[in-house]
Amino acid sequence: MRTLKYSEAIGEGTVQSMEADPTIFVAGQSVDDHKGIYGTTTAAMKRFGPSRVRDIPNCETAFAGIAVGAASQGLRPLVVHTRDDFMFLAMDAVINVAAKWRYMYGNKGGAPVVMRGVVGHGWGQGATHSQSLHSVFGHFPGLHVVVPASPADAKGLLVTALRGDTPVIVLENRGLYDVEDEVPQEPVAVPLGRGRIVREGTDVTIVAASLMVREAERAAQALAGQGVSAEVVDVRSIRPLDEALICESVAKTGRLVVADTSWARYGLSAEVAAVVAENVFDALRAPVRRVTPPDCPAPVSWPLEEAFNPDADALARAALEVLGLSRRLEVARDELHHNFIGPY
Amino acid sequence: MTDDPEELLRAMVRIRNVEETLADVYRDEQEMRTPVHFSIGQEASAVGVCAALRRSDLVYGGHRCHAQYLAKGGDLDAMVAELYGRETGCTRGRGGSVHLIDVEAGFGAASAILGEMISVATGAAWALATAGRDDVVATFFGDGAAEEGVFHESLNFAQLHRLPVIYVCENNGYSLASPLAARQPEGTRITDWAARYGMPSVSADGNDVTAVRSAAAEAVAWCRAGRGPYFLELETYRWREHVGPHWDYDVDHRSKAEVDSWIARCPIVRATDALRPALPDIDRRRARWDTEDREELATAIKAAKASPFPAVDTLLDGAYGALGV
Repeated sequence: MRTLKYSEAIGEGTVQSMEADPTIFVAGQSVDDHKGIYGTTTAAMKRFGPSRVRDIPNCETAFAGIAVGAASQGLRPLVVHTRDDFMFLAMDAVINVAAKWRYMYGNKGGAPVVMRGVVGHGWGQGATHSQSLHSVFGHFPGLHVVVPASPADAKGLLVTALRGDTPVIVLENRGLYDVEDEVPQEPVAVPLGRGRIVREGTDVTIVAASLMVREAERAAQALAGQGVSAEVVDVRSIRPLDEALICESVAKTGRLVVADTSWARYGLSAEVAAVVAENVFDALRAPVRRVTPPDCPAPVSWPLEEAFNPDADALARAALEVLGLSRRLEVARDELHHNFIGPY
Repeated sequence: MTDDPEELLRAMVRIRNVEETLADVYRDEQEMRTPVHFSIGQEASAVGVCAALRRSDLVYGGHRCHAQYLAKGGDLDAMVAELYGRETGCTRGRGGSVHLIDVEAGFGAASAILGEMISVATGAAWALATAGRDDVVATFFGDGAAEEGVFHESLNFAQLHRLPVIYVCENNGYSLASPLAARQPEGTRITDWAARYGMPSVSADGNDVTAVRSAAAEAVAWCRAGRGPYFLELETYRWREHVGPHWDYDVDHRSKAEVDSWIARCPIVRATDALRPALPDIDRRRARWDTEDREELATAIKAAKASPFPAVDTLLDGAYGALGV
C-alpha cells in the first residue's frame, strides 16, 4: 500500500469527503493560505477553491454558533482551529448548543458540525498554545471526540466524522503531521468507538491516545529488549470509548499503564482507570499507573518542557514499575520531534 | 514620558536594532526555542503611545509584544533571557516570548490568545479607577483581535463604567496571511465600531511617531481626567512573517512590491528625516546609537546564555498560590 504523511492523509480525506458530499465546506482562520494548516487544507483549497475552503475573520465564539446554525440547516461545516486552545472561545456553542441540539430539541435532527483542532507540541509553544482539550470535550454527552494517532486513522476517522449525524471534535497533535505510514486510497470510514491493538503483548497494557501512541510503541519496543511484552492499545476515539478492548487487554495482561498528553486529574487517563476498575478489577495484579504531564501549565524553557511532556522513557519506567521490576531502562527521545527546529 | 522627537527616534532605533539582531540570532542559532513574533516596522505605535504614559500607567499586549514591552521600559536583559528560556527571564522561562511581563515598568502582561488582554486591561482599568488612582491603562492589539467578541464586550463595559483604558489597535492589515478584505466588510472602519460605543475614536498614522505621540497624549488626558475609555487606531505594517525571523513576501499572500512600499514608509527613516534640519549630524548620532544598541544586546545575550535554565525540580512552582485558610 502507498504511504502518506498524517497531514496528507487528512488532506486526502477532506477532498474525498467533499467530493462525495457537496454540502461539506472547510472554514477557519488561514485555511486558504500557503501554509494550509500544516498542509492539511492545501489539497482541498486547490481542488475546490475559496467557495468551499473559507478563510474567516477572527470570530471563534460566533463562528462555532454559525457552524451549528449552518449544520442544523443541512450544511456540513468542517471548522479548523490552528490551535485547539482557541476552541475555549468556541465552547459555548459547542457544548451548550451543538452537543445538546438533537436531545434538547426532541431528537428531530442534529447539528453535525465537525471541528478540527491542532494541539501544539514542542519548541516552547507554552501555556496557551499546547494544551490537549480532548478530555474537556469528552466530558459532555452529545459530542464525539476522536484523537487519531496514525495517518490511516487521521483520514478514516475524519471520513467517518463527516458522514455521521453527531458533532465531532477531531484533535490532531502537531507532532504527528510528518509521521508517514500506509493509508488506504479509498475513503474507508474508521468506526468511532473502536480501538486498535497497535502491538500485541502479554505482560502489561499501555493505553494511549494520539501522540502518546507513538511514544507507547517506542516504549514497548524498548521493553521488548528487556524481555517485557507490552500490549499497546490506541483508543482512537475517547468518546465513544472502546471499553471492551481496553478491558480485554487488561484481563489478559493484568497490568495497566495509561498515557496521555493531558493532565491526569479528571482526564482520559482517569476515565480509562475507572473503566478498568469497574469492569475487570479482579484481573489487576498491580495498581494502575498514569503517565501524564505534571500538575502545572506547560512551560516554555526547554529543560522544563522536556520534563513536562510525558514520553516513551517515562512510559517504559512506569511499565517496569507495575511489573515490580527494578531494572534501569532509558529510551532515547523521538528523533521526529527532537530534530525539529524553529522558527515556528 | 517624553515628547522630544530625538528621544522618540532613539527609542524606535533601539527597538529596531534589538529585534533585527534577535531575528538574525534566532534564525542562525536556533537556541531561542519559543515562537517569536517580531514588531519590525511597527515601532512608532509602541513608542508613540508609551511616550505619552508615565511609569505607573499600565500597558498590556498581545502576541506581538516586544516593542510595547521595551517602549514601556521593560527590562531588556529579562526579555532576552526569557527568549533563551532562562531562569533570569521575565517569567523565569515559563511564559516565553508571547507572555512577557514587567511589573516594575508597568508592562502588565501579554498573551497569545487573540484579544485576551483587551478584557484583562479593561479589568485592570476598573481596579485603578476603583482605587482612586489617576493612572491609565493602554492595551495594544491588532485589526484581527478587533473582530473578536471580547473586543466589543470590553468596549461596551468600559464605556458603561467610564474606565480609564486606551484601546490601541495596531492595524497592520493582516491576521496571519489573511488580509483585511477577507475578514471585514468593504468600507469597514474599526474606529466606527468603537465610536458606536460612545467613546472618542481617533485614527492616526501609525508610522508617524510624532502623530502617534500627539494622539496618545490626548487619549491619556481624556482617560486621566476620568472621562472614560478612548480608542486609537494606528495604521502600520509588519515587515516580517507572522511568526519567526524571516521575510515572507512572494510566498503567496503579499508581494515584495507591497512590502517595499511600506519599507519606504519606515517610521524610523521618517522620524530621522524630520529631525535632520534641526540636527544635521543625525546620521552620525544614529551610527553611535547602533553601536550602543549592538553592545547592549550583545551583553544581554551573553548574560542570558551564562544564566542557568530553570531547575527541573522547580517545574511545579507557581502553579498554585497559597491556600486561603
